[in-house]
Formats: sequence, structure tokens, C-alpha cells
Amino acid sequence: MGRYGNDAGAIMALVRKAEVHRDVYVDPEIFDLEMEHLFPNSWIYIGHASQLSKPGDFITANVGRQPLMASRHSDGAIHVFYNRCPHKGVKIASEPCGNTGKFFRCPYHAWSFKTDGSLLAIPLKKGYEGTGFPDTQASEGLAKVKNVVVYRDFIFVRLSDAGLSFADYFGESLSTIDNMVDRSPEGKLAVVAAPIRYMHNCNWKMLVENQTDTCHPMVAHESSAGTAVKVWKREQGDSTETPMAVQLYAPFMSPYEFYEQSGIRIWPNGHGHTGVANSIHSNYSDVEGYVEQMVATYGEKRAHEVLGEVRHNTIYFPNIMVKGAVQILRNFIPIAVDKTLVESWVYRLVGAPDKLYERALMYNRFINAPTSIVGHDDLEMYERAQEGLTSNGNQWVNLQRLHEPGEADDVTAVINGTSERQMRNQFHAWAKFMTMNMDKRVEAAE
Amino acid sequence: MITEKSITDFIYREAELLDTMQWDAWLALFHASGRYWMPLEWQQQDPVLQPSLMYEDLLLLKVRVERLAGERTFSQKPKSRCHHLLQAPTITACDPANGLFKARTSFIYTETRGDVLERYSGWASHDLIESDGHLKIKLKRIDLVNFDAPFGNIQLFM
Repeated sequence: MGRYGNDAGAIMALVRKAEVHRDVYVDPEIFDLEMEHLFPNSWIYIGHASQLSKPGDFITANVGRQPLMASRHSDGAIHVFYNRCPHKGVKIASEPCGNTGKFFRCPYHAWSFKTDGSLLAIPLKKGYEGTGFPDTQASEGLAKVKNVVVYRDFIFVRLSDAGLSFADYFGESLSTIDNMVDRSPEGKLAVVAAPIRYMHNCNWKMLVENQTDTCHPMVAHESSAGTAVKVWKREQGDSTETPMAVQLYAPFMSPYEFYEQSGIRIWPNGHGHTGVANSIHSNYSDVEGYVEQMVATYGEKRAHEVLGEVRHNTIYFPNIMVKGAVQILRNFIPIAVDKTLVESWVYRLVGAPDKLYERALMYNRFINAPTSIVGHDDLEMYERAQEGLTSNGNQWVNLQRLHEPGEADDVTAVINGTSERQMRNQFHAWAKFMTMNMDKRVEAAE
Repeated sequence: MITEKSITDFIYREAELLDTMQWDAWLALFHASGRYWMPLEWQQQDPVLQPSLMYEDLLLLKVRVERLAGERTFSQKPKSRCHHLLQAPTITACDPANGLFKARTSFIYTETRGDVLERYSGWASHDLIESDGHLKIKLKRIDLVNFDAPFGNIQLFM
């Protein structure tokens, strides 16, 4: 038994009003408890319904340490299962995505399952007659994840039986997903390609915090975005049009004042977003024909409402970030206390001009790829922090910027865009979802 | 007169410039409209409407090279170094009449920084054109054997 175990009090003591203890980033026991408590107690994104367009389509995903799979059944319903054969535990699906046909078949002993997870057939079935097999969990087929919500094609699961409902958990934060979907003239997004994958030797929460950290771009990204601006100024010659690439890089060098006025909105349960009034995505060139398409679908007023909402980064606690304005979702997948796999997905706006998809793909490879110079800047900071935090000279991380005495938790508010309040909001949620089922577990054990 | 040997020599010379970190000389090998492409899909056809790890023109390559020397480029403190181990290139086109010069080269690439060393394997495809009597890169394409794996930072050029 380590220091923290099921001690809710010890976990909560790691989060102060405006500081967090470094153990949340570096202690392997805390990471184990996150896998056991935080991830099962939260609603976690596992994929997009467009990846399951036909019956028999499946995807695989991990939530915490739990291997899952989702499938499209013949009646059109989406089902989510634990990815293990009820017989000997062999993973049924071994690829990120595919089509299984009419049924899943375990490659080891040919137990087979319908795409709703129910047991279809076992070879030599008579060997189970009179053994009491119908009373076992194995006879029920693939173990189902009960709490599944598909919101506007985004598939979320909560593994714990107890916890907040989907609606209570996300509340108004779903407006960012709404805005991203509404940006399609057909109200529909599609995943048409694999994500960019990028391994980070740091704790997953550093990445999550960085998404609403507006005081780092002009410092950490001076080397990438700053150089891009400098080289363009020198090389532009007589060009009157700023290339798409420079339009994407340049806003990273916006001054503090820009981020201050653009604002941050926080929501209960650790969700929040940067870029309320405007954002680094506000001033991209118009794409020919797109606004007209949107007006045709939504009418003048609604179309401009949708396109006028250019939020920067929205955190859906605990581990995804959504950019509606460029149709990107980053999934920060925890692997170990100091290892995080980042998968950055681009959604295609169904019915919209190709140019928008081209821009989203370009943004993704400029910012979120292992070959991205902006990514290099960030990962260097995370890795240095992962090493630096082992220092005993100071065991606390400071999140005090624009902290106000008596600051309320779990509220909706719009605040100065350079505040670290969204990080505080995340850690309040972290302590809550880490501990919410702990006392019960202790009682059950006694 | 461009021969098959000129193409092979060009490819070896390019790798040498990268391994010796002569970045400006390396950039000078590109044609003004040249591109450096690292696909993210098997036998990928489209660099624009399919995702890639890199698809960069000369402006963006200049940004990368200038960044490597920047005073505040913290991911280059300490600096990275690289090593190219090339198989003899296979010439897939050497057609001076039509200005077509192409080769495919199997490689093992090593990039190191501090105490960390990473190895990558794949194929480099060179699409070259003749400009004022010299070969220039129209397209350099890098297909990694494990293009879909999650890498850490790749900061130099394959």
C-alpha cells in the first residue's frame, strides 16, 4: 500500500486553492489511482460515429487501462464492449478500426459474437451441457459498457456505474461541439483519415493545462511562430497575400493584451475554453463559396452566429481538447505517469469546400505532429517540467495567476484570458472525480 | 549532361550536407518550387487533402533551418545531430530529353540529441529537375516504414 491508497483526504490535500502538489504529475501511485478512479468516473471520448458508418464497422480504444471496442450493429445502434473474449480473455479486435462482417470471431477458439455483443456460437457446444454454463458471465457474450452516450456523433463512455449523468457532467460545455458540427453546411462531421500520433514523455495533465495557458505562446513559440513571421517578412517581396501557412503561425505571436481581452470561459466539472471574444483563429482568409453555403442552410443570422463563434481551445475534462474553428480534436491518452500518447484528429465538414479541410490538415501537421516545430517547443517544456518536478526544493506547482480570494468552484464564468483559473478549475474537478467513489470502496472492503 | 551517376552523386551529396549540418547548402539544392513531403499513409497519393507529417515549401523549410540556430530555440539546447545510412539509389527515371530524373533510396536514419538516440527506416524518393545545368529537388518524399507509429520529436531532415 502506498501513501495515497483509497485515502480521499490525502488526495484532496494535493490540490490547494492555487497550487498543486507535484505528486499529481510524478507519483506512479497517483497515476494508478487516476486509472482506477478518475478515468472510470469521468465521461471519456472514444471515437466518432462516422468511423462506424456501416454495420459490422468497429473501432478500438482504451479508457484508463481498460481496452474497449465499439461496433455498429445491424439495426444501426452503436454498442461498446470490453475488448476481451469471455472465454480466455483474448482481445477480439486487434486493429484501430475495421469491419468484422456479420459477427466477431475470437481467433483463439472461434467463440463468436453478434455485433451487439451477444454470444452467437461456441464450437462443440455440447461440451458445456449440464455444466451450469448459462449461469456464467461468459454465456452473456462480450461484457458491455453500460453508460454510453453518442452526442452529435461523438461517442463518450463512463465506465463506473455511479457518477454524473452525461448532461450533468458536460452541461453547457457541449456548445463547442455544437459549434464545430454546425460549421458543416449539412450539420455533419466525418473522420476520413487516421490521426497524427505523437508520443510525449510527460504526464498527461501537462498537455491538458497547456491548452488554456495563454501566457506561453509568445515565449515558448518565439522560436517557431516568431521565426515564421520573421522569415515571411524578409521573403515576401511584392506578395500582397499572406500564405495560409503564415496565417496559421503568426497569431501565436499575439501579445499578452490580445489574450487578456479574448477571455476564458469556465464551466463546472473542469471544462473550459480560451478565446471567448475572439481567438487566434479569427482572422483566417474566407474560403470561397463557404459563407454562401452556410447562409443557404441556416439563414443569414444563424450562419453568422455559427461562424462568428471562433473559440480557441476547449477542454472537455479530463483529457480531450476541441478546436471547433479548425475541426480538430486532440486526445491526451495516458500511458504511464511520465508517458502520454497524443492523437490529433481532423474532422471533415461534410459538404464544405475542400479548402477548409486542407487548412485543418495543415494546422494539425504544423502544431500537433512529431515533425511540428510548435510541437517541439511545447514538448521540450513538458519534458523539462517532468524532470524538474522531481526536485525537492519546492514541491508545489503555482497556478495563482489572477486568483481571487473566495473564488467559487464548479461555476460558469467569463474571465480575463490570461487567468490560470481554468487550470484551477481542472484540478478542482480532478480531486472531485478522483475521490467520488473512494469512500464507498473503503466501506465495501470492510 | 545529366547521367544516372549524377543523380546518385546528388543524393549522396545531399545526405552529406544534412549529416554535416550545412543547412543553407542543403536548402540550395531545392528548386524554388520544391517540396519536402513525409506522408502519413501507405502509398499516399495526395499531400493536400490527406494528412501528412510534413509537406513544406522552401519558405517553411527556411523557417525550420533558421529556427535551428535561434537563440531561444530551447528544443535545440542541446543540439540534435543526424546520420543517414543509404542503400545505393535505384534510378527510376533518367530522361534528359524530358527533364525527368527520379530515384528511390532505402535508408536508415538516426537522429540524436543529448543522451537519446532514435532510428527510423524508410525510402526516400527524389524527383529532380535540371536548372541551369544543375539538378534541383522538385520533390523529396520520405516514406517511413512505420509512418503511423507515435514518434517523439523529429527535429532534423531525413
